[in-house]
Amino acid sequence: MVEWTQEERVIIKEIFSKLNYEDVGPKSLCRILVVYPWTQRYFAHFGNLYNPEMILANPKIANHGVVVFRGLEMAVQNMDNIKNTYADLSKLHSEKLHVDPDNFQLLADCITIVIATKMRSAFTPEKQATWYKFLSVVVSALSKQYF
Amino acid sequence: MSLTAKDKSIVKAFWGKVSSKADDIGAEAFGRMLTVYPQTKTYFASWSDLSPGSAAVKKHGKTIMGGIAEAVAHIDDLTGGLASLSELHAFKLRVDPANFKILAHNLIVVLALFFHGDFTPEVHMAVDKFFQNVAWALSEKYR
Repeated sequence: MVEWTQEERVIIKEIFSKLNYEDVGPKSLCRILVVYPWTQRYFAHFGNLYNPEMILANPKIANHGVVVFRGLEMAVQNMDNIKNTYADLSKLHSEKLHVDPDNFQLLADCITIVIATKMRSAFTPEKQATWYKFLSVVVSALSKQYF
Repeated sequence: MSLTAKDKSIVKAFWGKVSSKADDIGAEAFGRMLTVYPQTKTYFASWSDLSPGSAAVKKHGKTIMGGIAEAVAHIDDLTGGLASLSELHAFKLRVDPANFKILAHNLIVVLALFFHGDFTPEVHMAVDKFFQNVAWALSEKYR
């Protein structure tokens, strides 16, 4: 069972309340596709991913970035039960999408970088630690239903 | 994933922009690593003050960035250029190489924070590859 302090809950909710999903969603997904290009294998059917400019301009990618953050919001709203909240999503990623779970950490890292560029010095070491804990729980929950 | 000519030129150009703040970057990244990944503190058990703003942390951040500067200067031959640093880490410090990735991540977070406009996905990729290659060169003498 993951234990959250009151402070950690406030930090996570506060970070999320300031996020514009239409902005950070596309930026996070584009970043993973550029920085770790092998992840493009999961988006071959999304059209033109030929170079960074095309990826940034791709509306399907942009839309999917927003989908990812709506998914993260489910964890924020159910912080005491992330594992069960993500049971179906985990099965989906394993059985239908066949995503290597190592990629979850890569996306988590890219999301962290985008948050850092937005929050800058407001993203203190303590907030980074709480954020990392939150994303680690998310990554673990998403990997839970694999095999 | 070895460095292409384009990667090297991106890294060198970006380093040109950021090197004047190297000390701050190093101190911030090292401090964050100790806070966010507390298992890394095991390597500094003898230090009395491991808090982010402490003098010891700032000093060590500067030392680390000195190593990064060396790496940039020897970007065409990282294994050769970082040979003595590799020996230090392998035989004296005996840092588990998995930690190089953790420090690299924190350096990247700080670069994104300080240089939010310049740290585009393309620069991020080149820098990520660079740090991976530096980690590889640092692990060279381990076994």
